Amino acid sequence: MFAFIVSRLLQALPVMFTVSLISFAMFAYVGDPVVIMLGQDFTEAQRQQLIRDLGLDQPFFMQFATFLGNAVQGEFGLSYRLSRPVAELIAERAPATLELAFTAAFIALAVGVPMGVYTGLYRYSWLSRVFLTFSLIGVSLPTFLIGILLILTFSVWLGWLPSFGRGEVTRIGWWTTGFLTWSGIKALVLPAITLGLFQLTLIMRLVRSEMLEVLRTDYIKFARARGLSNRAVHFGHALKNTLVPVITIAGLQLGGIIAFAIVTETVFQWPGMGLLFIQSVGAADIPVMAAYLMLIALVFVTINLVVDLLYYAVDPRLRIGRGRGH
Amino acid sequence: MRRWLLAAALAVACWAIAPGVEARTVRWSASGDPNTMDPHSQNLGTVTMVLQQIYDPLIHRNPQLGLEPGLALSWRQEEPTRWRFVLRQGVRFHEGEPFTADDVVFSITRALAPTSNFGIFVDTIERAVAVDDFTVDIVTRVPDPILPNKLASVFIMSRSWSERHNATRPQNTRQREEMHTVRNTNGTGAFRLSVREPDVRTVLTRNAEWWGWQVPANRGNVTEIVYRPIASDATRVAALLSGEVDFVLDPPLQDLARLRNAPGLRVLEGPEVRTLFFAMDVHREELLYSDVRGRNPFRDVRVRQALYQAIDIQAIHRTIMRGQSVVTGTLFPEQVNGYVREEDLRLPYDPARARALLAEAGYPNGFEITLDCSNNRYINDEQICQAVAAMWTRVGVRTRLNAMPLSTFFPKIQRDDTSIYLLGWGVPTLDALYSFQSLLATRGTAQGDGIWNFGRYSNPRMDALIERMKTETGEARQAAIREALRLYREDVPHIPLHHQMIPWAMRANIQVPHMANNQPYFRWMVVN
Repeated sequence: MFAFIVSRLLQALPVMFTVSLISFAMFAYVGDPVVIMLGQDFTEAQRQQLIRDLGLDQPFFMQFATFLGNAVQGEFGLSYRLSRPVAELIAERAPATLELAFTAAFIALAVGVPMGVYTGLYRYSWLSRVFLTFSLIGVSLPTFLIGILLILTFSVWLGWLPSFGRGEVTRIGWWTTGFLTWSGIKALVLPAITLGLFQLTLIMRLVRSEMLEVLRTDYIKFARARGLSNRAVHFGHALKNTLVPVITIAGLQLGGIIAFAIVTETVFQWPGMGLLFIQSVGAADIPVMAAYLMLIALVFVTINLVVDLLYYAVDPRLRIGRGRGH
Repeated sequence: MRRWLLAAALAVACWAIAPGVEARTVRWSASGDPNTMDPHSQNLGTVTMVLQQIYDPLIHRNPQLGLEPGLALSWRQEEPTRWRFVLRQGVRFHEGEPFTADDVVFSITRALAPTSNFGIFVDTIERAVAVDDFTVDIVTRVPDPILPNKLASVFIMSRSWSERHNATRPQNTRQREEMHTVRNTNGTGAFRLSVREPDVRTVLTRNAEWWGWQVPANRGNVTEIVYRPIASDATRVAALLSGEVDFVLDPPLQDLARLRNAPGLRVLEGPEVRTLFFAMDVHREELLYSDVRGRNPFRDVRVRQALYQAIDIQAIHRTIMRGQSVVTGTLFPEQVNGYVREEDLRLPYDPARARALLAEAGYPNGFEITLDCSNNRYINDEQICQAVAAMWTRVGVRTRLNAMPLSTFFPKIQRDDTSIYLLGWGVPTLDALYSFQSLLATRGTAQGDGIWNFGRYSNPRMDALIERMKTETGEARQAAIREALRLYREDVPHIPLHHQMIPWAMRANIQVPHMANNQPYFRWMVVN
């Protein structure tokens, strides 16, 4: 087990290195931070001084080495745009993104699984058809459009929910939460639905097809033959067996939700890491972009590792396979 | 019963102490958040729109952008290179420090630091000297007739506060830690900063002790200002429609019709001091992005005129700008000192004449050219360029459009890596010299000359006129500006388009003067 973890961690290092190298190479094309920092009026001497100050006169690999050396120590420098430490900025925004992502994932699971079960069991009922049509919308409409439609309906027409921001937040240590105030919860509803809708429909369709698959298997027939109630067959046997792939997908999608919250955060002015990233792109704020991409890579690597470990724990075949010395 | 009476008495007492002061909160929004709260670090509209509520300059602007006393009561040019400022007495900073001449000297020195972005407003200043506690002399290296105009943009900080917080210079990029002034302020102004959460919200509360409330013109009644940036256009409009914000500084043009018709809202329109024009490479022997070999068509004034006359500016005004622009034939709008109406004339739209001019210049079959444009800097910049590219192509100048975000556009043109480009130029000093010097002076002769002249236009006559603008005063100076404007029209160094109009959208119960510098002044905002 320990050897397995170590080997996975070692595999993660080249991934992180490659991500940092590629993202750093891309920054050459996002624009020139110097121009943005100098504003409308400057002298050539000021420009040269700033280029030297930022270390942009160094060759690419020197810049990259400096960046990597600092990054390993957790030092990402000062944001060009906000003149504040990058690590502090990201730590400030992380709670907003994480609360949004986990709420979205929760909604996706809590609504998607029952809908999937229902449509799997009652394939021809009119409600199943409604659900399936709805899921088609969720899959095909782009996120920003869903967000705008929700804002139009629930903020502008009905006036029930706020159209932007996080509402009142409560500070607990360095963490800020919107769960403890009414306005914070209200502010969370629309963005969480927008962000979770795609995953919701994905999970629903996955559960449905798995249910259809499982209901045809022999052990379900045996279970029915033993005279078990419908309820025990559907939930005790069928659903339980569909959940393995669902958990895998949901786990992997969580990384996606965190990383791709960018669009939702932009639409709802949600003060999370994605919004920070978009604003940094506009200002060619290289330290923030680099740190964000590294962090997202780390999130994906970690989630993959956890999923692998879960497999290892859940599926005895993997363990036996190792024991035989593959 | 007794308790009730007591409460009533207390309420009446409070009412009597503060007559007419009720809590009036204004929630407003725009797309960008200020990068910093440091008054001398970033010369950006988004920073100034918050800081000018908190800090006072020596000289204030009135709603027509004219000058009026701020922290200075009066000012005079005692000698050609020495201005004397008499300061207001009894003013205190928000944290209690008394305001004196020493703070003025400190602030001007701070704005002169190499890490300051406010160099243009103090570029001629050699030093500031405190004569006594409430008199300051400012010595300039050359005579500077427009110094008061420039000082209206320099905010005054407290020396002792800045020294205490280790902030005697604007942020240096080499530093690793954050400076105190990035998120804290201490001004003398009408509002004080009470909450600052970057990119989330910035809350200002009324400074009841502000000296300016004695001035009748400052009749604003707002007690709290909550600023929350909303980057997405659609969301910002939705927040205004749903009543979550009261005032939007930059409503998107495509939503104006809807906002005008929405009950309880109104749209305030006015001109901005920003002029859009095309500038082109008139320096190289051969253009970088063209199929003409061995010569540069833009060096021929007839070609420049041809492109000018090929533009149907009324069509752009009507369909792309939806009427929200002021068509122009000159370099800056009328709010800028030196504007001459007689020189604000366009060459007429005439495609046939354009073709004839091209043929005359030796290009009967036209030529090919790439037009560089930003797509997120000015109002409808990309659409304007698309339309103009089509118009030029129609007269034979086959135009490829290269539209890009500002973070790549500006570095590109600043390397002179362009043949023709769109630029929108604002005039923060509100004086003609700033535009002529930055855009049309031969580059590199003196500081600030031609720093935005990426077509490398160079005309000895223009340079001579600019030198006169720098040093002469009074009627002689105005004459030099007039002549330069005439030359601008004859020599066609740029193809002017229009001055931008800027709409502000707000609740109908808000009254605020529309400002051509696109800055809201909350000291004048009245909420009913």
